[in-house]
Amino acid sequence: MRRSLVSNQSPHHQLILDQLAAVNRRQFLGSLSMGLGAAALSQLPGVSFGQDMIPAGPYRGVVDPRHLIPRAKRVIFLCMAGGPSQLETFDEKPKLAEIDGQAMPGSFTQGMPIAQLQGKELRCLGPRATFSRHGQSGQSISNYLPHIASVADDIAIVRSMVTEQINHDPAHSFMNAGSILPGRPSMGSWVTYGLGTESQDLPGFVVLTSVAGRNPQPIASRQWSSGFLPSTFSGVEFNSKGDPVHYIGNPPGVSRDRQEHFVSAVRDLNTLRASQTHDPEIDSRIAQYELAFRMQMSIPELMDISNEPPEVLEMYGATPGDGSFASNCLLARRLAERGVRFIHLYHRGWDHHDGLRKYMDVCCGVSDQPTAALIKDLKSRGMLEDTLVVWGGEFGRTPMSQGSGTDPGRDHHIKGFSMFLAGGGIRGGTSYGATDDLGYHAVEDVVHVRDLHATMLHLLGIDHERLSMPFQGLDVKLTGVEPARVVTDILA
Amino acid sequence: MMAGSGMRTCHLVTAIIALALMNPVTSGDVDFTRDIRSILSQHCFPCHGPDEQARQAKLSLFTFDEATSDRGGMRAIVPGDPDSSEAWRRMTDHEDPMPPVEENNPLDARELELLEQWIREGASYSPHWAYVPPQRPIIPEVSDDQWPLDPIDHHVLARLEAEGLQPVPEADRITLIRRLTHDLTGLPPTAKEIDDFLQDTRPGAYERVVDRLLASDRFGERMAMYWLDLVRYADTVGYHGDQTHRIWPYRDYVINAFNRNLPFDQFTIEQLAGDLLPAPNQDQLVATGYNRLIQTSHEGGVQLKEYRAIYMADRVRNVSETWMGATVGCAQCHDHKYDPFTARDFYTLGAFFADVDDEEHLRNQYGGLNTLPTRRLPEMGVSSAASRARVAAIEARREQAQAELERVMAGLEDHQPEWEETIQVQADEIQETTWVDDVLATGGDAQGDWTFVREPALPAHSGETYRKQSSTGLIQHYTVGTTNRTIPIHGGERFFAWVYLSPDDPPGAVMLQFNAGGTDWLHRATWGGDQIEYGRRDEDWAGYRRQGDLPPTGQWVRLEISADEVGLAPGQIVSGMAFTQFGGTVYWDRAGVEGHAVPREVLDVLSLPREDRTPEQVDLVRHYQAETSPDVRDRRAAISTLEQDRQSVEAALPRTMYTKRLETPREVRVLPRGNWLDESGEIVEPAVPVFLGDLATDGPATRLDLARWLVRPGEEDGVGEMTARVLVNRLWALFLGEGLCPSLDDFGGQGQPPNHPELLDLLAIDFVESDWNIKDFIRRLVLTRTYRLSSIPPSVLVEQDPTNALFARQARGRLPAESVRDTILAVSGLLVEKIGGPSVKPPQPEGYYQHLNFPVRRYDADGGAEQWRRGVYVHWQRQYLHPMLRAFDAPAREDCTARRSVSNTPQAALALLNDPVVVQASRAFADRILASEQADDRSRLSWAVREAVGRWPTEEEIDVLVDLLAENRAYYLANPTEADAAAGVSEGTLDSGARAAWTGVARVILNLHETITRE
Repeated sequence: MRRSLVSNQSPHHQLILDQLAAVNRRQFLGSLSMGLGAAALSQLPGVSFGQDMIPAGPYRGVVDPRHLIPRAKRVIFLCMAGGPSQLETFDEKPKLAEIDGQAMPGSFTQGMPIAQLQGKELRCLGPRATFSRHGQSGQSISNYLPHIASVADDIAIVRSMVTEQINHDPAHSFMNAGSILPGRPSMGSWVTYGLGTESQDLPGFVVLTSVAGRNPQPIASRQWSSGFLPSTFSGVEFNSKGDPVHYIGNPPGVSRDRQEHFVSAVRDLNTLRASQTHDPEIDSRIAQYELAFRMQMSIPELMDISNEPPEVLEMYGATPGDGSFASNCLLARRLAERGVRFIHLYHRGWDHHDGLRKYMDVCCGVSDQPTAALIKDLKSRGMLEDTLVVWGGEFGRTPMSQGSGTDPGRDHHIKGFSMFLAGGGIRGGTSYGATDDLGYHAVEDVVHVRDLHATMLHLLGIDHERLSMPFQGLDVKLTGVEPARVVTDILA
Repeated sequence: MMAGSGMRTCHLVTAIIALALMNPVTSGDVDFTRDIRSILSQHCFPCHGPDEQARQAKLSLFTFDEATSDRGGMRAIVPGDPDSSEAWRRMTDHEDPMPPVEENNPLDARELELLEQWIREGASYSPHWAYVPPQRPIIPEVSDDQWPLDPIDHHVLARLEAEGLQPVPEADRITLIRRLTHDLTGLPPTAKEIDDFLQDTRPGAYERVVDRLLASDRFGERMAMYWLDLVRYADTVGYHGDQTHRIWPYRDYVINAFNRNLPFDQFTIEQLAGDLLPAPNQDQLVATGYNRLIQTSHEGGVQLKEYRAIYMADRVRNVSETWMGATVGCAQCHDHKYDPFTARDFYTLGAFFADVDDEEHLRNQYGGLNTLPTRRLPEMGVSSAASRARVAAIEARREQAQAELERVMAGLEDHQPEWEETIQVQADEIQETTWVDDVLATGGDAQGDWTFVREPALPAHSGETYRKQSSTGLIQHYTVGTTNRTIPIHGGERFFAWVYLSPDDPPGAVMLQFNAGGTDWLHRATWGGDQIEYGRRDEDWAGYRRQGDLPPTGQWVRLEISADEVGLAPGQIVSGMAFTQFGGTVYWDRAGVEGHAVPREVLDVLSLPREDRTPEQVDLVRHYQAETSPDVRDRRAAISTLEQDRQSVEAALPRTMYTKRLETPREVRVLPRGNWLDESGEIVEPAVPVFLGDLATDGPATRLDLARWLVRPGEEDGVGEMTARVLVNRLWALFLGEGLCPSLDDFGGQGQPPNHPELLDLLAIDFVESDWNIKDFIRRLVLTRTYRLSSIPPSVLVEQDPTNALFARQARGRLPAESVRDTILAVSGLLVEKIGGPSVKPPQPEGYYQHLNFPVRRYDADGGAEQWRRGVYVHWQRQYLHPMLRAFDAPAREDCTARRSVSNTPQAALALLNDPVVVQASRAFADRILASEQADDRSRLSWAVREAVGRWPTEEEIDVLVDLLAENRAYYLANPTEADAAAGVSEGTLDSGARAAWTGVARVILNLHETITRE
């Protein structure tokens, strides 16, 4: 009997193959339309190609069928970059108010990582906000967020988040990829890899950004990188100002018709070459050019919100072309409608080391209304039930003050902060977890970042233990190697 | 379309079934390395492998001895007897199987079958292939002995014959020269180069092309593209503000190293430890920039110990991946789960780098690092032949001037009486002495940013230039321990400095500060607020003398303070000045001191009769006479000017990060579970992974010991052949599309074993024996029959060997990102070739850097020739790599990349269609086509296609372009404004329609799959 042709393949390649085997032609070809490309797929052992494949239909992902009954089809992640204070938003701490200005008890801070307050005197800063109860659920929300308070019954507030990274850049990496090691895919990439996209002519993972508040921290494109997953699963940044996507505009003097003719000439010549070489990669190339051409039309249309009814623009507080968080929230809804799987918004400006009052006014002023509008709008369109909305920063802020003067701020804090979730599969009106009396340590129902990831994947119908990719000898998962749990108490 | 779908589905399914059949269980034919190890690794080793911490039931299946040891009457594996083997019983236990159900990692039927057969056949283990030193294999026999040109071909063909497969024929000559030129230079051949090759019918034509290409400087640029991926070279720090750092001379070192064929062992030693070589030359120090290629951060609030741990892990990952093909990084928190690396090995390997001085930026005490480039000390100036010649010429003139000075000094005594008379007259004059103006020529140490600049909008107060200092916090620059200039305090001196406070960005406070020797800096005067904390007390004192409000902004003003107000008494000597501000932007110009023209003590001596003066008094007067003699002053000024010339040559040298050894290396502890807050772990010294040997050095081992161990042959207790195996496998993949071992980045237990282990060993041994000669090795590879095969496979090969693991054909694939760019620029005629220099910035979409901050980033695209340089020189911004390079899969270079992914995305299509660089290239290409002196449109089009893809187009292909050209012409004739825009000319230019029409054609040709594909 013949010996094996090539060396024993890793069983995980086999797993991927098994998943691929379950894929029908439409999906397989659709993977080409995702840009997976013959070459990328050919790295999966044993996959070979027909010689005249034409893409049809979107790529449906490797988790097909879903591991679990999905509760959400897509995610809108509202990242409040810089790290909003939980103590002025969702975590009411009357005890902290009582000892405003006094020394922070050392028992809280002993041996804990500290960022900019290293070596400084640690004093308590009482909450700079008032809290009241909202909705039938009576959730406690601060006066900075009146609009979000109006959807209190739609959101589940988690007050016991913890993360592991205390500086912005690595903390974003940890929140997005569950690790600070280079090359790890962002959650949007994992989800798109797992579930594919429902859109014919849009990427599965889209990123939108806005700025307002205190001197904004940088944000690296690695935050939406696919890492070691094929680059087609990378987030694509859409700009609500200027060219919406890089190179989306035709060159000068090239009309739509001319461009169409150029693209079809490229296609015809590539097709002739394919007939000489039988190279399946050429078919994939042809498909990508056609998709690119469709994107040149669909994306500018998508990004132009001026055709939204005035009352919708008003509800969000959006002005077409202003690049604001409000416009991005509205765009998030439009992207969701068009089948984009993961929509990640970053609002930069929440790094309130000083001027807490001043900058909370700015940041909440630009984000509170559109956040609530997005939830209401999705709800009124029947989309909230299968759209998971997540709100939060890369970490929270210290109960201790930073800076002097009449309007001090707070430093980075990772041992207890708040986030909220809404929509697809989330039980609205839920409060979950708690920090200690001073809002320092999450002490009750602690939710680690990897628990958040596990919960998000769960709602999307993915068992987080089963979405993995072999990389440098390890079956890498979004939730990493430590145990992660689905936070079932906040699920509907 | 639907009619064909069933067939295509079948195709896919067939492929999957074919894979399932690839590992048939056959009697007497189970091989541990090929068949068993990966099953155990995947399913068993996580809990029963080398990581003792994670081990369950105290059972390890990692070695034969462990797996077969007696465990109280039972054994996990009983060789030859599956049924008595406890492990086998558990694997097949339906109620409670191993691996446990909750692991989601079940053994399938095929794996179980293999395991059973393996146990039945004696459960033999073999050591992991990658840790067994290479053995020279015998050259296998082949039936077609005409085919092989090199023992390499014997190995390839023998395997193919054993599998019953036929290699494809050789590629045609056009494809061959195009492949060679792309592979060896990263650029396509010109039509003339193709013609020359086609016409060269003498024997050795192919070899001559190879030798020409290997001798080209482009070879180093092409090889650097790959090496820079491995070592994660980039122009920016990577973390947080992603500021530019100074490192491009390292990139040029790499290019030159490949071009001068530096042996790989030397290349290795210079990068890891060039600074530890005896009397290292400049190149060897620049090479140590390797140790500085990590990602760094000075984000506010970084914790020193945390980042020390992060940096160390970065270095361990890279050195192990680049040179060892090993994932030692996995052992940061625990023993490796699949390979014999322990967590302790991780830290001992990291300890080699504990002497790399790179901590200054983490302390960032002056807040002055948000600059472009940022500061990442230590940095060194890099001289060129030209700059060295200039310095030599200056030195020669300085020696001459020094000789003249000595002659003049010797003549002073003759003129002393007249001089004493004139000096009495000047007794009451006040004069200024400059400390610093347009250059820093005080000698001694300087800290902070001493760059002398001039902005168009702000003329200097004095001389030509000034220093600009901006910050949001405390920032200063200073000079101390000065040797060329000191200020003796005689009494009555007033210090001054000219400043210009930006009206748009005024500082909160400014400070002048003086050093009276050693660390005595307690002499300060401040203007403005109290934000500067140095020396601040509630009350005024000499160490913090408040001078009231800031001076007016928007004009040059003179800050002044008397010596006694800042506590400087007669007799003290000032040998340092600091210029400090809090926030804002301040321009600092000339600074110095004013005082009596003739010091009091000199006048006192002069009042004495000459014969009554003590020898000290005579010296004092002589010294003063020399100081004030115009002759002496002129000569000293000449010397000083030459000194300044030399310094300005040196200051203008490009700087680069290099490795400077710390006197006392940082302490390295094993961090339990990688936790940097836990200081309970053992302190470790540098050592190589224990299972690979021991360096046996006298005293602590160094980076040099590590580097030499990596490239020393096994018989001298090194791992040279294993290092060579990692490299030759990657070079093979670079030229044949896939490695002999497909896991280019992981030779460990979780990687795939080699498909051609004997050939891999042969190449590693030969490479070491060739003294690590890279060009010879590559020459040998590309001269093989295997390299010359066509890349068009018959369908039988596609089915039986879809990944081309056995090399019965050549690989085809898209060019790497840099080469996509280079090819388009070359075909269009825009490419500007120049080796080395600062990274270049081709145009990129506006606002692409909008998310960067500290400082806010503006991208100033290069105009002129620089924008047309090769991709290897493009500014590598780790967080926001140029979007065209990204679209074609260039990595961000945060970590070692041994194999780039190859995607085929709409982003790539959009970049190639619409990137302004491609648009400009299309116009330039159109101009070349129009100037090509072809008779008619068809021949022009044919010429153009050949320029891009090397072959002549078919009539059918020309027809497509003829149609396009005709429609373009019609459109642009009717739309002259559009024509001007498309042609990129000013409105109303003659013939813009023709240029526009051909630009469109050129753009299509540049967009062809074939143009950017290596076949």
